[in-house]
Amino acid sequence: MPAIFTPKVITANALLEGDVVYLAQNDTWTRDLKDADVLTDEADAQIRLIDASTRTSEVVGVYLADVSPDAKGPKPTHFRETFRMRGPSNYPHGKQSEAL
Amino acid sequence: MYRYTDFDAAFVAERNAQFRAQVERRIDGSLTEDEFKPLRLMNGLYLQLHAYMLRVAIPYGTLNSAQMRQLAYIAERWDKGYGHFTTRQNIQFNWPTLRDVPDMLDALAKVQMHAIQTSGNTIRNVTADHFAGAAADEIADPRPVAELIRQWSTDHPEFQFLPRKFKIAVTGSPNDRVVTKAHDIGLRMVRNDAGEPGFEVIVGGGLGRTPMIGKVVRDFLPEADLLPYLEAVVSVWNLLGRRDNKYKSRIKITVHEHGIDDIRARVEERFALLRPAFTGVDQQLFAQIKADFAPPAFSDRDVAPFDQAYANDPVFRSWADTNLSAHRAPGHAIAQISLKAHGATPGDATAEQMRVMADLAERYGHDELRISHEQNVVLPHVHKADLPAIHSALKAAGLATANIGKISDIIACPGMDYCALATARSIPIAQEIAIRFDQLKLEHEVGDLKIKISGCINACGHHHVGHIGILGLDRAGVENYQITLGGDHTETAAIGQRTGPGFSADEIVPAIERIVDTYLSERDNADEAFIDTFARVGMTPFKTALYGESDKKQKAA
Repeated sequence: MPAIFTPKVITANALLEGDVVYLAQNDTWTRDLKDADVLTDEADAQIRLIDASTRTSEVVGVYLADVSPDAKGPKPTHFRETFRMRGPSNYPHGKQSEAL
Repeated sequence: MYRYTDFDAAFVAERNAQFRAQVERRIDGSLTEDEFKPLRLMNGLYLQLHAYMLRVAIPYGTLNSAQMRQLAYIAERWDKGYGHFTTRQNIQFNWPTLRDVPDMLDALAKVQMHAIQTSGNTIRNVTADHFAGAAADEIADPRPVAELIRQWSTDHPEFQFLPRKFKIAVTGSPNDRVVTKAHDIGLRMVRNDAGEPGFEVIVGGGLGRTPMIGKVVRDFLPEADLLPYLEAVVSVWNLLGRRDNKYKSRIKITVHEHGIDDIRARVEERFALLRPAFTGVDQQLFAQIKADFAPPAFSDRDVAPFDQAYANDPVFRSWADTNLSAHRAPGHAIAQISLKAHGATPGDATAEQMRVMADLAERYGHDELRISHEQNVVLPHVHKADLPAIHSALKAAGLATANIGKISDIIACPGMDYCALATARSIPIAQEIAIRFDQLKLEHEVGDLKIKISGCINACGHHHVGHIGILGLDRAGVENYQITLGGDHTETAAIGQRTGPGFSADEIVPAIERIVDTYLSERDNADEAFIDTFARVGMTPFKTALYGESDKKQKAA
């Protein structure tokens, strides 16, 4: 039996600003994880990753990150992704300040 | 201080113009990221977790007030109003955007600074004793040597694509404050029996995933042979170094695999070839550089204001006892400005604090500032009579924490709060330890104790050589912290020993507290420092304090 596929989002850093972005369903980049497209099919995820990786004039370092879908949108499953979504813990900088 | 020659200024301006064009070509799509990445790294530009990060070189940790003010300006103009001083005596800006970086580099060039070779597989910023030219225990000022090496290594055509990064440190004092034995090359300035100046050359030290204490490859190298000898060491490694595996590419592995005797023989053979090519131009240059580092004119004044403040103001007395070191000139002192206020981020200074420090250096300190590898700022030449005024200005800026060398004077790497390589956070652990021991009012009772924290195995936080080292790891998706004890960053360098299984983020501060409690109950007297107690009693009582007796009994059963 194949392993169960953990839902994923496509994420990267923006080329100009360097901040964290996620791929939305309409193939635009969003700064907000809750607007990211949650990929539940492995083959689909791989194709979307390949396509996103070619967009080198927009983003750097494209990869798939595990998420757990929630009523309010996807949640990171690993603490590294939680920090990327939020910002550093020593100052209210990064995404956590932009959300205010 | 060294001043750029026309050649230096033209070189930096040309590099900045090249990088500006490279950034434009990256943005317009002419360069791919794979093509651009090595170019940006050569100019100190990383892409981290939340943003780009620009690492600016502070050669041998020496700055003047105009340079410090320019760093403050850059922090406010293009960053978030602060900078982070690092263990290579550099400064990092955590939030620039790509388009702004060429302007930041031009702003740095205006005060004779740059970010060249602060990253990439090149010879990195050469570090030197932060007390250079000031310390009472110094044989010679290491900064002219560091500057000579900088000029030789910058854009050295043979050494732009090394197997891996290469780090050099120089000390002019027998009391090693630059961790020479944890460098690819460590240079100790010494004199031979005839009284001639030269170097003890240490090679193959390093921290990271395979920590190694450097070995002496030459016990006395005459001063004039320095550059050809360094060139011989680096070129031997450049050919031998493992390019097949980046975890085995540093010279420490090359020395370990081949043995120091084999490396020495190869270096000597290469040196014999290279030596005649150095016809003395390097020594003329060295003499000119030395003149730039002539000591300032120290004044001869009454130290009564110091004595009076020391007698009457307990806060000043505590700061003076903790943050001052012996200066070579009578009536003077070396003052360390702690960037480790309890609960603050180790090594961070706001733009406003940078300006305060610049003003103090200009007014009282012969216009000199230093950055220590322990992430503090140093006023190397201050007259004791001025210290009460300096202390008062520092206090008003939140810079008068009296904790140099104490438990809250923690080295911490940026960790997973910023770094793309990190496996766990370091900064919050440092903040919590400092706050906890400040609450307990135990700091001065505990005395000299170096805690060093790294957020991954690469060991930027020097945890291997901390009296207490903390290494943050990712254990099955949870932050976990391993402890090492007995590390030593001085001339008696040693790698710390692991205590055993790691601790969660919630457990690590109580664990450190148990270690400190054990030290306090085990020490012979208040003068026996943590590291000496550890050397005397060994790991056992600390292990018991951390893990209890049950572990031992279970194994025995």
